[in-house]
Amino acid sequence: MVHWSPADLDALLCQLRDEGFRVIGPSVRDGAIVYTDIDALPVGVGDDQEAGRYRLRERGDKTRFGYNLGPSSFKQYLFPSREELFAYADGDIVPAPLDDEKLAFVGVRACELAAIQVLDRVFQGDGFKDRRYQARRQNLLIVAVDCSQSAPTCFCASSDDGPGVGEGADLVLTELLDDGEPSYYVRAGSERGAELLAASEADAASPELQGRARAVVDETREGLERLLPREGLRDALLGALDHPHWQELAERCLACGNCTQVCPTCFCSTAVEETDPVSLRVSHVRQWDSCFTAGHSYVHGGPVHAGIASRYRQWLTHKLASWEDQFGRSGCTGCGRCISWCPVGIDLTAEAEALRRTP
Amino acid sequence: MSDCLLPTMCTITGRKQDTADVFTLSIDPPDGEFPFEPGQFNMLYIPGVGESAISISGRPAEANKLVHTIRAVGDVTRLLGIRETRERIGVRGPFGTGWPISQAAGKNVVIVAGGIGLAPLRPVIYAIADRRDDYGDVSLLYGARTPADVLYREELLEWKRAGVLDLAVTVDAARSDWSGDVGVVTNLVGRIHSDPAATVAMLCGPEIMMRSTARALLDIGVEEANIAVSMERNMKCATAFCGHCQLGPYFVCKDGPVFFYPDVAPYWQQREF
Ligand SMILES: Cc1cc2nc3c(=O)[nH]c(=O)nc-3n(C[C@H](O)[C@H](O)[C@H](O)COP(=O)(O)OP(=O)(O)OC[C@H]3O[C@@H](n4cnc5c(N)ncnc54)[C@H](O)[C@@H]3O)c2cc1C
Ligand code: SF4
Ligand code: SF4
Repeated sequence: MVHWSPADLDALLCQLRDEGFRVIGPSVRDGAIVYTDIDALPVGVGDDQEAGRYRLRERGDKTRFGYNLGPSSFKQYLFPSREELFAYADGDIVPAPLDDEKLAFVGVRACELAAIQVLDRVFQGDGFKDRRYQARRQNLLIVAVDCSQSAPTCFCASSDDGPGVGEGADLVLTELLDDGEPSYYVRAGSERGAELLAASEADAASPELQGRARAVVDETREGLERLLPREGLRDALLGALDHPHWQELAERCLACGNCTQVCPTCFCSTAVEETDPVSLRVSHVRQWDSCFTAGHSYVHGGPVHAGIASRYRQWLTHKLASWEDQFGRSGCTGCGRCISWCPVGIDLTAEAEALRRTP
Repeated sequence: MSDCLLPTMCTITGRKQDTADVFTLSIDPPDGEFPFEPGQFNMLYIPGVGESAISISGRPAEANKLVHTIRAVGDVTRLLGIRETRERIGVRGPFGTGWPISQAAGKNVVIVAGGIGLAPLRPVIYAIADRRDDYGDVSLLYGARTPADVLYREELLEWKRAGVLDLAVTVDAARSDWSGDVGVVTNLVGRIHSDPAATVAMLCGPEIMMRSTARALLDIGVEEANIAVSMERNMKCATAFCGHCQLGPYFVCKDGPVFFYPDVAPYWQQREF
């Protein structure tokens, strides 16, 4: 456990790059925090979020992690929104080369780490293994950060996925603030992380600092404004498949699919074939899909989920209920993205509550 | 290490037009051998067009030959239909669960098929025919659109002649030269006279047909847990990665396509689920 200054944090980014990592982390782009290749962390950026609303603002301090989640998640680097699986050329199948670049994710929040672990169960769990996911995951280094504030849309504590970072990160930081100046309480979560710490020349952290870091997480937890109680939720939702509320929801939901695109655990994909008109090389591409489209459930004769009510029901009951049967936990880690990015401000925590009530 | 998402290009060795829109392909399997369980399916691939889930319709004991019976309904299936012998298509599989053939040993078997739904059930009949003494009464209730749409006609008659099974065929519509039954296949359930408590039923066809047939079978006393059905959902990957075939707690590609009645019946009651 060590105490880092912002300069030590910058040094970590350099070190990771020197070790051949592609460093992915938060950056401000188009008025939002997005995850992309970074050289430095944004400074003094905060956000305002509510159902259907997301804005950045200046915090007036030097924090590196003073905002919550933006629209992009780390999912896109483990499970890209578009990737070739194989090609067909000269009469044969040519597997796309495995992408085994060394990735380092910096600034991974607790709910994001939990979401990566959810994807692990989907792509490299008990059943078939996705070799492309495995190749990327195996080289992944995770530098996580506890949340020192929550957005009004966050509800990670409802599933114990945050706001403090759980197991599975290589390094975990807590951002501490003294008169607008940040410093970091840092601990290792893996051998790899311990090596990185040993290489840094920072001071050991005092027990007092550890206490402060814990208090930061506790305060964030207490400040959470939303809740999605999980007790009995699976049974309640699967028992409410004919609830009139689905129809009421259908009158508001646009079936735009935004919620599925921002969700860090939604994993639906479709396959498209692209033929180069000159070489006739065919590329078989996997790309993100959404259960809000008619094509998603299409079988000869028409889509199974014909109306918006049944599409929203498909999404919510999968995410919050049957996910537990399939993967041993809920598909929702409480990041709140689908609430902020729904153009009409639909809030799954409120909808789940409404569905629990007998009509 | 094999990659479950990669097809293997395989040569078509035989092609037979079964009816106006249904054909059967024999394919040289990947690695020369292709063991499978009746009820399992493959993803068949036409480069540049896409993949389709197609059940294996051949004889399980003949592992050196892969057989698929396909109804041409859309892009991939139509193109599979115009592929000729010696051309190659992609094959990926086998995937999914099989019919409860061992559970049926020592019992009576009722096979109920609608339309192309007979294709995934034909391997069951082959398996039973190969060990006929292991089973009690075996009946096939089969519904087709018209007499001209009846699949595997010669083979069915041969099985009937040889005493492998009792055969009842009904069609939705026919001209006056059809002397058989007209109406839905559910109506044929009344023909079963074997002990229902010692009967295993296997159903494949449109969901509405399976639903009404299952109800009729329950009414005559067949046990819920002895009714198997094959479910159809959109599928892109067949490996539980693409999310398209999700059905309640299941992925149809991995936990099915063959399910037992109590597993899926609750979802049949829900419109558009
Ligand atoms: C487990 C399983 C076993 C099957 N076995 C057989 C079989 O033995 N013989 C046979 O003829 N058909 C079978 N089908 C149906 C077959 O997969 C579809 O008819 C086929 O995918 C249609 O594709 P298309 O490109 O020709 O049609 P299009 O209408 O052009 O397809 C458009 C899209 O919809 C999807 N789609 C369309 N209809 C279906 C459908 N009924 N089920 C699933 N996805 C569909 C296709 O994958 C494609 O992505 C089976 C389906 C499943 C799920
Ligand atoms: S369902 Fe919504 S709140 Fe839950 S993980 Fe997905 S985007 Fe986040
Ligand atoms: S819930 Fe909101 S974000 Fe999701 S599909 Fe409906 S309108 Fe779009």
